[in-house]
Amino acid sequence: MQIRPILATLRYHKAGTLLIALQIALTLAIVCNALFIIHQRLGQLSRPSGVDESDLLLVHNQWAGKPDADEVASMMASDLATLRNLPGVANVYATNTYPLSGEGTVFGIGHSPDKKTYTDSTAIYFVDDNALATLGLRLIAGRNFRPDEIGASSKHSKIEPDEIIITQALAHHLFPDASAVGKAVYLSRKPSIIIGVVGRMRTPWVDSSMAKWDEYSTLLPYRRLEGYTEYVIRTQPGQLDDVARRVKATLYAANRMRVISPKNGVRTFADVGAQAYNSDRGMAILMGAISLIMLTITGAGIVGLTSFWVGQRRKQIGVRRALGATQRDILSYFLTENLLIGVAGVIVGGVLAIGLNLWLMNQFEMEKLAMGYVVAGVAILLVLGQGAVLAPALRASKVPPVEATRSV
Amino acid sequence: MLGYYIDLAIRSLKRSPGLTLLMILTVGFGVAASMVTYSVFRAVSGDPIPWKSAQLYVPQIEMWGPKGHGGPGDNGDPPDAMDYTDAIALMRDHRARYQSAMYMITPSVVPAEAGKHPINVEGHAVFNEFFPMTDAPFKYGSGWSASDDDQRAAVAVISEKLNQKLFGGANSVGKVVDIDGKDYRVVGVLNKWEPQPRFYDVSNTGGFTTNADDVFIPFMRAIDVDMSNDGNTNCAETPAQSGFKGLQLSSCIWISYMVQLDSAAQAKAYKDYLDGYAREQQRSGRFSWPPNNRLRDLHAWLDAEHVVPSDTEVSLLVAIGLLLVCLVNTAGLLLAKFLRRSNEIGVRRAIGAPRSAIYAQFLVEAGIVGLSGGVLGLLLTGVGIHGVSWVLPKDIANLAHLDVQLLLLTLIVAVVSTMLAGIYPTYRASRVQPAWQLKSN
Repeated sequence: MQIRPILATLRYHKAGTLLIALQIALTLAIVCNALFIIHQRLGQLSRPSGVDESDLLLVHNQWAGKPDADEVASMMASDLATLRNLPGVANVYATNTYPLSGEGTVFGIGHSPDKKTYTDSTAIYFVDDNALATLGLRLIAGRNFRPDEIGASSKHSKIEPDEIIITQALAHHLFPDASAVGKAVYLSRKPSIIIGVVGRMRTPWVDSSMAKWDEYSTLLPYRRLEGYTEYVIRTQPGQLDDVARRVKATLYAANRMRVISPKNGVRTFADVGAQAYNSDRGMAILMGAISLIMLTITGAGIVGLTSFWVGQRRKQIGVRRALGATQRDILSYFLTENLLIGVAGVIVGGVLAIGLNLWLMNQFEMEKLAMGYVVAGVAILLVLGQGAVLAPALRASKVPPVEATRSV
Repeated sequence: MLGYYIDLAIRSLKRSPGLTLLMILTVGFGVAASMVTYSVFRAVSGDPIPWKSAQLYVPQIEMWGPKGHGGPGDNGDPPDAMDYTDAIALMRDHRARYQSAMYMITPSVVPAEAGKHPINVEGHAVFNEFFPMTDAPFKYGSGWSASDDDQRAAVAVISEKLNQKLFGGANSVGKVVDIDGKDYRVVGVLNKWEPQPRFYDVSNTGGFTTNADDVFIPFMRAIDVDMSNDGNTNCAETPAQSGFKGLQLSSCIWISYMVQLDSAAQAKAYKDYLDGYAREQQRSGRFSWPPNNRLRDLHAWLDAEHVVPSDTEVSLLVAIGLLLVCLVNTAGLLLAKFLRRSNEIGVRRAIGAPRSAIYAQFLVEAGIVGLSGGVLGLLLTGVGIHGVSWVLPKDIANLAHLDVQLLLLTLIVAVVSTMLAGIYPTYRASRVQPAWQLKSN
C-alpha cells in the first residue's frame, strides 16, 4: 500500500486528522492509567487474608450497662460455652478484632524496649488457644498457646505478654537469617518470647497506607475484657447459614445484657471481605465504566469523522475505481489511513500516559505504571480504530466507478 | 435573528440525526461522568464550617521527640493529637479566644422509664468554650459555664436525637439524665448537628462518619469520674501505670485540641506561645529537643490529615479527562458537520451574509447540541448519583446529592464546553470561500 498519497490527502484534512489523533492520545493516556488502577484494586481484592474463609462467622457483641472486667470475664466464658454447645459450631474464640475488620490495635515491635525510636508496626490480636484452629491458621514453627497461658486485659491495663505468636512475614522481617522461635522481642518494656510462627495472617486494615506491613500480625494470649467482644465462630462445613440464623437468638436467650446490631452484628467472613474492599471495588467499577465510555466515544467519533470523509470523497473514490482500483484497494486505503493516524495518536498517547502516571505518583502515592499497560492500551486503541473505520471503509469500497461521472 | 439561527440549526441537526445523536450522547456522558464524580468530591472536600474555618486552628506539639520519626510516610510532623499533660497545660494557660481539649467517650445512658434497656451512645468530653467555638446549634438551653468546668459540675448537653429518645423531644433543660450510673443535669439540647467531616475531632473519626455525637459533658468531670477514652490512643511507650489514671500520666496521645484565633496577629502570637511552651519544657528537661510545633488552620489541618480520600480526587481527574476526550470528539464531529455544509455557507456568504453571521449561526448550533447534551447529562447525573451509593463506601456516597447548584453547573458546563469545542469548526466554516463553492456547482 502506498503511504505517500494517503499522507498527501491527510494534509487537506489537517484539523480532522489532528483531532482524531489527539483524541486517541488522550484516550490512551487515561485508559492506560485507569486499567492500571483497576488491576491494582482487583489485585487487592484477590489477596488472601490467610484465614480459611469458608464457614467462618463473626459476631460483634456489645456489653450493655458498663459491666466491669470481672463481669465481662464471666459473661464471656459462659458465652463461649453456649456457642460451643450450639449445634453446627466447630470451634469458637473471643477476640478484639480479626483480619479485614477495619478496626484494631497497633503496637510497635522491635529488638529493644526503647519505643521512642522508630519501630516496626504490628497488628495486635488478643486470642486464646482456640484461635489457630478456628481461623484455620497453619503453625509453621513452634507451638500454640496453652490454656493456662491465657491472661486477661481490661481497658488501659498493661499488656506485657510473656509469650507471643507472630506471622511468618513478621518473623522473617525481624529475624531474616534465623528461626524466630524462642527469640525475644519487645512489644512493651518487658521482653516477649516468640513461641510460634503462623503462615499468612492479614492485619485488620486494607488501606494502601498500611500495605507495607499488612502481614505483620502478632497474636497475644489475652482475653480482652472491655465494652465489646468479637466472637469468631467456625461452623461445621455447610452449616454456616444455619448457625448464622440462630446465633443471635441463642446469645440473647443466654444473657440479655448485650447489644448485637441487627444490621451488621452477625456477619460471615464473605461479608467482612466485601465491606473491607468496598472502596477498592467501587474504584475499579468507576474506572472501568469511565474507560468503557471513553473507548465507545472515541470509536464512535472515528466512525463519524471517517463517514464524513467517505461522503466527501465519493467522487474521487469513483475516479480511482474507474481507473482500475479494486474494492480491496479502497478498503485498505481507509484502513491504512486510520492506522497512520492511530499510530501517531498512540505515540503521543504513550508519552502522555507515562507523564500522567508520574504526576499521579507524585500527587497520590500511585505506583509506577507497568509498560504492559501501555502496550495493552496501544493494542486496544489501534484495534478499536480499525474496527471503527471498517464500516465506513466498506461503504467507501462499494462506491461504484460510475460515481466519477456524476457532478456532485 | 437568533430565532432564525435556532430554526436553521434545528433543521441542520435533523438532517443528520445519527451524527447529532452521537454528539448529544458524547456531551451527555462526558458531562454526567464529571458531574457525578464532582458531586462526590464536593461533598467530601466541602467546608464543614465555612463562616469561621479560617479562625479555627489545631495546635500540634512535638512531645515524642525527633527519634519517634523516620517511619514510612513520615514528614517530620509532630503527633496529630495531644497527651494529657500538654492538653491540660494549654487549657490552663488559656491563650486563645476560645479553646477546648476533647476526647471521645461512649457512655451508656439509662432511660428514666423503668424496664427500658440502657443505650450506648457516643459523645465527647469537652470544655465550655467548645460550643461557642464550633457554633454548635442549640435547640433548647445552651452550653455550660466556665465555672461549671472549674467545679466539675455534673451537667450535659445532649443531641436532639437522644432528647427524642429520653424525653420525647420536649424541652429537657433542667431535667436529669443518667449517664454511666450518675445523674447529670441537662443544660442544653442541640439541633441536628452532623458536620461532615467531623472537623473538631478528625483524629478519632477519620473525618467522615455515619455516627453522631449524642452527649457532651465537661472534660474535667469525665476525668474525675474515670470515664475512659474510647477514641484512638497512640503510645510511643507503654504507660508506666495501668488504667485510665496511668494513661493520663503517660505520653500516650488521645486528646484532640482546637482553638479559635480571630486574626493573623493572634495566630502568630499563639504559635509563639506554643514554641515558648515547648522551650520551657526543654529547659525543665521534659523535652530534650528544640520546639517542633504546628499551628494549622482548619483547611490546612483537614488537608494534612488526608480527610479527602485520594480515590475521590483521582476519580474526579479521570472524569475530567473523559470530558476533555468528549470535547475533542465533539469538535471533530462539529467540524465534519459544518464543513459538509460548505455549499450552504458559500451561498449565504455570496448573497451578503458577513462572517459574523456565519459565526453566530454555527455557535448557536453548537450551543443547541450542548444544551441537549446538558439535559441528557442532567438525567445521567441523577442516575449516577443514585448509583454511587452502590459503588462507593456509604459514609461518603451518602453525602453526594443533586441540588440546584449542581443542576445549573451541569447545564453551564455542557453548553460552554460544547461551544468551546465549536469555536474552531465555526472559524473554519466562516473561512469558506464563497466563490469556490459556487464554482464547483
